[in-house]
Amino acid sequence: MSSWLDYTINGLIVGNVYALVAVGLALIFGVSRLINFAQGSIYLVGAYIGWVAVVQLHTPLPLTIIVVAASAAVVGLIIERFGLRPLQNSVRIAPLLATIGISFVLDQLVMLTFSPNPRALPSQLPDVRFQVGGGTIGPLDLLIAGVGITSALLLFVFLRYSKLGWAVRATAQDRDAAMQMGVDVNRVNQAVFGIAAALGGVSGMLVGMYYNQIDTAMSLQATLKGVVAEVVGGAGNVPGAVVGSLLLGLVESYGVAVFGTSYRNLFAFLLLVVVLVLRPNGLFASARQAPPEPLTGTFIAPSRPVRIPRWALLAATGIFAILPLFPVSFYVLQTFINAWLLGMLALSLTLVAGTIGQVSLGHAALLAIGAYTSALLSLNFSVPVGLAVIGGGLMSAALGTALISPSFRLRGHYVSIATLAIGEIVSLVILNWESVTRGPIGISGIPPLSLFGYELISPTSIYWFSFAVMIVLALLQGRLLGSHLGRSFRAIRDDDIAARAYGLSLNRYKSLAFIFGGFAAGVSGGIAAHLYSYINHETFNTQQSILALTVVILGGLGNVVGAIVGSVALVGLPELFRIAAEYRILIYGIVLLLLVRFRPQGLLGTM
Amino acid sequence: MTNSSSDALLALSNVNTFYGQAQVHFDLSITVGRGHIVCLLGGNASGKSTTMKIILGLVKPRSGEVTFDGASLIGLTTPQIVRRGIASVPEARRLFADMSVRENILMGAFVRSDRDAVAQDLDRMLTLFPKLGQRLSQRAGSLSGGEQQMVAMARALMSRPRMIVMDEPTMGLSPLYVDRVLELIRTINQEGVSVFMVEQNASLALEIAHEAYVLQTGKIVLSGPARALKDDPRVRDAYLGGSEAA
Repeated sequence: MSSWLDYTINGLIVGNVYALVAVGLALIFGVSRLINFAQGSIYLVGAYIGWVAVVQLHTPLPLTIIVVAASAAVVGLIIERFGLRPLQNSVRIAPLLATIGISFVLDQLVMLTFSPNPRALPSQLPDVRFQVGGGTIGPLDLLIAGVGITSALLLFVFLRYSKLGWAVRATAQDRDAAMQMGVDVNRVNQAVFGIAAALGGVSGMLVGMYYNQIDTAMSLQATLKGVVAEVVGGAGNVPGAVVGSLLLGLVESYGVAVFGTSYRNLFAFLLLVVVLVLRPNGLFASARQAPPEPLTGTFIAPSRPVRIPRWALLAATGIFAILPLFPVSFYVLQTFINAWLLGMLALSLTLVAGTIGQVSLGHAALLAIGAYTSALLSLNFSVPVGLAVIGGGLMSAALGTALISPSFRLRGHYVSIATLAIGEIVSLVILNWESVTRGPIGISGIPPLSLFGYELISPTSIYWFSFAVMIVLALLQGRLLGSHLGRSFRAIRDDDIAARAYGLSLNRYKSLAFIFGGFAAGVSGGIAAHLYSYINHETFNTQQSILALTVVILGGLGNVVGAIVGSVALVGLPELFRIAAEYRILIYGIVLLLLVRFRPQGLLGTM
Repeated sequence: MTNSSSDALLALSNVNTFYGQAQVHFDLSITVGRGHIVCLLGGNASGKSTTMKIILGLVKPRSGEVTFDGASLIGLTTPQIVRRGIASVPEARRLFADMSVRENILMGAFVRSDRDAVAQDLDRMLTLFPKLGQRLSQRAGSLSGGEQQMVAMARALMSRPRMIVMDEPTMGLSPLYVDRVLELIRTINQEGVSVFMVEQNASLALEIAHEAYVLQTGKIVLSGPARALKDDPRVRDAYLGGSEAA
């Protein structure tokens, strides 16, 4: 039985670990207004370098820490130099997407090098516990606290007394003015990435030792927790990030004490959403502080979309419609069915992210809501599957819009963070709401697709069904974009202040976009549930959200035809070249990086 | 003054600048003589601030040449240009709001490494701007507009520049501070620093300037000694009598 003191100690220790990640994020955000989604990957790299050092090289602890910090810093410098510096004059979303791509690449490289199986990272400290009041504390706890406090002190001294530290602070407050004082902003970026990576890497190693286990899933979790802590403390605010981290650690630890381990992350993301909605500048921002995002300006690369003649579109639709009549293998049909399902999700995301400019990183949650609704309607209430799928779409539209609506006042990067958090919350609610969702066991025995009493079991009929649904959704969306509604959406995306000055209600139009987008994604999830016959809380994960985003950027943000072309390309090409599953995510990451760098407007252009 | 090969410290010649498709400067040519105060006049959207940005390397011209002390500035980064001896007082002052006044002033000496001399210069700034003495440890963002302008000027001087470029140094200041700022610009200039300033308030600027240029939608429409321009009916109509000053 653990005491409250134990939970407090645990909360502070975990908070210290988060702080090492969050401080790096805050430094980077301060200097370049960028949320570095690759921070968790550096943390992962740090953990594995620590494993190599401890298990294979048998380095003593101080040397291990130095090795991890130094090699993680090198990774950070490489990311800054080759991943981000070329994007300096690019649209504002470009660096954010690049860090997502980089994190995919790094995570997969670690997985391919070390295999996805968890490894033990032994602590190099004696395993003893000291009694402190009513709780206990071990040497590793003290080490983590010591590293945390030492890093904070070093950072304080660096920022306050060194010339480069002054440059970092000046750049964070006014980049142009800093340049006019002779500050080389590239060097500042380098310094900040190096420091952030060193801290992140050490943090990953310490966590590995704390739980005596490392695996590749650590990466995303660390990024998410770091982002939560940083935003709670106020984006770009270094002391705020420390306080936010400790607060997050305590909230989680007490939450676990009261409700159980599976609630840990739920508390983290609820804290984030509450802070984002009530105090988007963080808990400690002064009221007069300027919002950290520029108020206007294009977030998304503007371009002239590629015109595709109507006959070509009709011809392509016709060819795909009659494809099953030709002697093609089930495997090919299966591949295209996956592409059509992803296409529906991409239609939804291209509307939300491209047309109205709300870049969602949690779109898989809409799939999950649709899938669970449709599965439960057909299983528990014997609703015909065709209707159940529509019910799933409606539920995704309603629930998805309701969940995101408190975040409508956010802009730019903050929308991405909020949607990411909401996506995680949905998956955690599914995990914990056992009476309805059957929790971690998942739902099995979901009836197959059927239409008017006829079961759709053959791949041919499923192909036609999913293709038809996608085409209908695409046609509807095309009409929508051509109407005044589409124009209003684009106006809001390009300049929300001007749009509001013209009398457009931002909340109403954002709701409409999410309702339509939610329906398309929910239908896709519903169909998927009946195809898979089994779903659980991990069936629709963040990786799928990012895949959908890559598809949409590949096709051209806001571009309906592009969304479908992108889906076919990203689902089909890896199949065509028979690329092994574990390399696919790597390829998606590389595709995303190359696109952002060389063709941010996508294949067919943004609309 | 004319003993060197050219008495121009800064020269822009035939500069053409574009923002995307829109042309901002049309064959812009401006010369700032050594030890002079030169002022660029013009209304909104005439391309004044962009001229500042061209000099500082924040915006690159599509064609034309910018030389400082005979050497080209084209292709240099802003920090490199600052190291050549050009300091700036940006529009709306742009102090580092969360840093102290002292730190702000010392940031101006970022390109210098002679610590002792920097400390002496800081003392010198406090005699030049006595009011700042009691404000040194205060957050720069908490100062009044006029006090912030003093900090911005002290910050610019700390790099021991040969030239200071100022973007609307009197904008948004109370009349008392406007006079004070103009007086200080004169003092700075008498100590040998050339000044290039962009102003909307023509009558004030022409009081202290040696030469002036009038910029209209990206073209120089008038130029000459400030005294002459002051009496020029065209300037009077456009900038001194008309809509703005009345």
